Amino acid sequence: MKFSLSWLKRHLETEATLERITATLNSIGLEVEGVEDRGAALAPFRIAHVVEATQHPNADRLRALKVDDGSGTLLSVVCGAPNARAGMKGVLGLPGAVIPGSGITLKVGEIRGVKSEGMMCSARELGLGEDHDGILDLPADAPVGAAYAAWAGLDDPVVEISVTPNRGDALSVRGIARDLAAAGLGRLLPFAPETVPGVYPAPLRWVIEDREACPWVLGRAVRGLRNGASPQWLRDRLTAIGLRPINALVDITNFFTFDLGRPLHVFDVAKVKGDTLVLRRGREGESFLALNGKEVSVTPEDCVIADAAAVESLAGIMGGEHSGSDEGTTEVFIECALFDPVRIALSGRRHGLRSDARQRFERGIDPALLPDALEAATAMVIALCGGEASEIAEAGAEPSWRREASLRFERIAGLGGAEIAPEAAVATLERLGFGVLSRDAERVTVSVPPWRNDIAAMGAEALVQAPGLPEAKARAAAEGRAAIEPECDLLEEVLRIHGLDRIPPASLPVASPVPLPALTPRQARAGLARRVLAARGMLDCVSFGFLDRATAARFGDVPERLRLENPIAADLDQMRPTPLASLALAAARNQARGWPDLALCELGGAYADAAPEGQALLAAGLRAGATPRHWAEPSRPVDAMDAKGDALAVLTALGVPMAALSVTADAPAHYHPGRSGVVRQGPRMVLARFGALHPRLCAALGLAGAVVGFEVFLDAIPEPKRRKKGLPDLPAFQPLRRDFAFLVDAAVPAESLLRAARGAERELIAEVSLFDRYAGEKLPEGKVSLALEVVLQPRAASLTDAEIEAVGARIVAAVGKATGATLRG
Amino acid sequence: MTDDLAALRAETEAALAAAGDLRALDAVRVATLGKSGSLTALLKGLGAVAPEARKERGGAVNRLKGELEQAFEARRLVLEEAALEARLAAERMDVTLPPRPHPPAGAEAGAIHPIARTVEELTAIFGAMGFGVAEGPDIEGDWFNFGALNIPDHHPARQDHDTFYLPATAGGSRPVLRTHTSPVQIRTMLSQEPPIRVIVPGRTWRADHDATHSPMFHQVEGLVIDRGITLAHLKGCLIDFLRAFFGIRDLPVRFRSSYFPFTEPSMEVDIGWNRRTGELGKAQGGGNDWLEILGSGMVHPRVLANCGIDPREWQGFAFGMGIERITMLKHGIPDLRPFYESDIRWLRHYGHSPLSPASLAEGV
Repeated sequence: MKFSLSWLKRHLETEATLERITATLNSIGLEVEGVEDRGAALAPFRIAHVVEATQHPNADRLRALKVDDGSGTLLSVVCGAPNARAGMKGVLGLPGAVIPGSGITLKVGEIRGVKSEGMMCSARELGLGEDHDGILDLPADAPVGAAYAAWAGLDDPVVEISVTPNRGDALSVRGIARDLAAAGLGRLLPFAPETVPGVYPAPLRWVIEDREACPWVLGRAVRGLRNGASPQWLRDRLTAIGLRPINALVDITNFFTFDLGRPLHVFDVAKVKGDTLVLRRGREGESFLALNGKEVSVTPEDCVIADAAAVESLAGIMGGEHSGSDEGTTEVFIECALFDPVRIALSGRRHGLRSDARQRFERGIDPALLPDALEAATAMVIALCGGEASEIAEAGAEPSWRREASLRFERIAGLGGAEIAPEAAVATLERLGFGVLSRDAERVTVSVPPWRNDIAAMGAEALVQAPGLPEAKARAAAEGRAAIEPECDLLEEVLRIHGLDRIPPASLPVASPVPLPALTPRQARAGLARRVLAARGMLDCVSFGFLDRATAARFGDVPERLRLENPIAADLDQMRPTPLASLALAAARNQARGWPDLALCELGGAYADAAPEGQALLAAGLRAGATPRHWAEPSRPVDAMDAKGDALAVLTALGVPMAALSVTADAPAHYHPGRSGVVRQGPRMVLARFGALHPRLCAALGLAGAVVGFEVFLDAIPEPKRRKKGLPDLPAFQPLRRDFAFLVDAAVPAESLLRAARGAERELIAEVSLFDRYAGEKLPEGKVSLALEVVLQPRAASLTDAEIEAVGARIVAAVGKATGATLRG
Repeated sequence: MTDDLAALRAETEAALAAAGDLRALDAVRVATLGKSGSLTALLKGLGAVAPEARKERGGAVNRLKGELEQAFEARRLVLEEAALEARLAAERMDVTLPPRPHPPAGAEAGAIHPIARTVEELTAIFGAMGFGVAEGPDIEGDWFNFGALNIPDHHPARQDHDTFYLPATAGGSRPVLRTHTSPVQIRTMLSQEPPIRVIVPGRTWRADHDATHSPMFHQVEGLVIDRGITLAHLKGCLIDFLRAFFGIRDLPVRFRSSYFPFTEPSMEVDIGWNRRTGELGKAQGGGNDWLEILGSGMVHPRVLANCGIDPREWQGFAFGMGIERITMLKHGIPDLRPFYESDIRWLRHYGHSPLSPASLAEGV
């Protein structure tokens, strides 16, 4: 919403500076988006008279001028403009002035031997346009010595504010003036238009078919008028706020849209078929050509205005081309109506039509203002276009808008934390247009002014309480809301005008001297997982949760229910089945930039369904390429064991007991079938998967070299039990280490050997680890050698050779029984 | 088709079928379509054909060439697929083997993303003020994201949200990608009895993409519900946070009246900075520029009542701010887009060490 300072002063009597006005607007909730004050930059420039213009003695293209700036002494000015001539009037800048168009400060100078004491300016130099063909050539009656900006009407600063959705009333200059007056910046001038008597019966009548969509409408005609260009003052008003003047009738409707927040529409009576305008719902198949030049097909949900032949307007949003006014209009019918804000909002959205009228109607306009606005508009039409007014045609009736609200003064401090005296609070409400109905020491009860449909609007928006609330609780909450919402509305007004910045801040009361942990164990785990991975050399990434459907499909299910209906780009349309997919795309981008070796991780959502249970938190990671080249450690390609190491490191850090885990070779299709695994706790619970990414997937995404990845399902990890540790095992005897090399089918998982060895004897075997794996020529086809180190821990006494041998035999037997392995000779 | 062409075709097709690997296939291709291949020879021989027959003969040879090329391509795909299958079958590893005892040596250490770091700092600061951390799903129901927060379907505020929609479910509801973290206010009030003090850091989504808007970004929400909590506490809480987070003890903070459907009164909060240098803090020699940084207000009675909380008994405040925005300001990061591009050069430059998680003891 834009307005100029002079327009504001039509409604507000004030001495306040522009700076104070904008600061106040910011404070009271009418945020200033920008101030355009051309006058400030133009202040040093004055109107001057060129008394004499002669050829410059030393330069063909220059002229030497003698200029009268009203001071009485003629100034010498050198000028290069082709149109500079004696007798003309132009705009002079004196030394010290800054040229708005260039930022250069003027100085007294000498140009090729001729003194120059100022500069005659072009439109471009003054920042007023692109014209630089010559200096400004003002009319002969321009007053010499006067400030140019004031004379040209450019000293009227324009302020743009953003109006929040609750403040339909502030989409008018008068509403803004009222708020500023309430904030102590001056006096709101009265608005009481005189009645224009009707001298002939209205040529059109109203019929309202849908009272809900349109409760009340007024209209009246003016005949014998002459439509043409508006006078300069009106054109200036509209131009200043960015509106294009069209013709007087259209300009008048635009003027009132902004002046009073009261959109109007005018019909050319000669173009209306029949004698009736009907406010009704649209019908299937009906359409009309809107003023923006587009054909609008109306629906039965829209409210339209129709004559005997056709739809003429989408009510409250946009008029029609057919019955609009033009230069030939001689009789006009002014529409001044009230519409249901919700229907306007939905219609506007349905047709994608934005207009100043819609913006105001959907926020709600002053329902009591219709008669006064119509009188003011009629008067202006007659003043600008001549003619005489008809009687008023009316249908429907002024709806009931009267509401009351009460404010307990205690709440100013009790909710607002502010110290404001009751008198001051009441005075603020009165200045905003609230009428005091009753008042005592505790509270004030006021009537709500008709333009504030956001205050105490209890019926307009019903509660939408959560389903499943206990009935008593829901009822108490609803009653509580009904009791205090109007009060909160009033309190907001009092605080807003007082200035929220003036309320003294108070730190939150301490809830607990030593704060409790902010994170739940589950949340703490996510942070720990991120740190573990970063400590393992991975770079933590954050990527969009959606990506292109084809890539997503390579990493899992891509159900239609997780496909965005309105993606911002065709390649960002599917919710990802795993963050690993995003990392793979990121890896390809980095490789394309010349970085083949990568380690990336992300903690983020994996989406299987729109319900909360279908959205899991994963820790995913990806490594690509090779380890760095170094003299002490040769480079090697990354492999699935690196990814397994990452996944297990996360699980270990999160307290998952490693002994309880098993790995199966059935990872999903985005992994290499032979080089991937699933980490399970028990047969059902999947905690992680890891492996080399499938070569086909890598080829499709343009990933080069070895690429491995993992996914840890953080939500699946059971919360570790916070138990104290038992006592440590500190036997008095030295442990013994024995190695066993087994020959076994290559298909047998190493894990089964380890498990069997660990279980061979409960007392003595403290640790079993695999330290060598060999497959090659020395072994039979299809066999591998797996070498285990077993740590034996004697407890009661040192072990004898026989005891050691017996344990060894049990290990060999157990492993042999479980896996078919034999001890290698 | 003349006999010699038919014979060449039959011969080539047989050779293709016999080619058992890509090398054999290539040999067949050279013998047929190569420089001195049999089909190439036929093409070369066209010049010798009598002009009246040349057109017909030329057409037939070229057709055959096209057919054979297709046959080669089809066979190549089959063989490549077979080669890949064979490779995959051969590339078996025992995935139950224990992994290496240490991660692969990295050229450089890893790093924590700046957003994750800011969330750690938020958690540390608000944690000290007695806040817990709450979470909710990224894909939300309409009621949680809008209805419960006093934003009905026709509300003009909805237009500002640029919502991403998912297809309607069987029940007719239309899930959205949450446009703010505020739905977690609702989830918290439904799952927890007051008093409540939570912050909600998380991903949020809006269909807007340009230099200063990302379709996915992060917000942190704050919610305090208690008895006797006033707007003065809201101001104090935010001033305390902003000064601690930016490490500027006299950071100017300004409060302006505003409007959000889910709070009343509502206010926007600005901090002092120098527009020219980008430095935060009190201007030297007076005259601050102001930078809008967050929105806040007292929780609207309708929102409380929607969650079954009696606003006569309980009251409180809520706020929300952009995590990227405060991160960019704190660390002087000029552009928004690289946050999500996973460029390792950017991540190394702006990332944080994993070995010193944010703590008030060490200073955030």
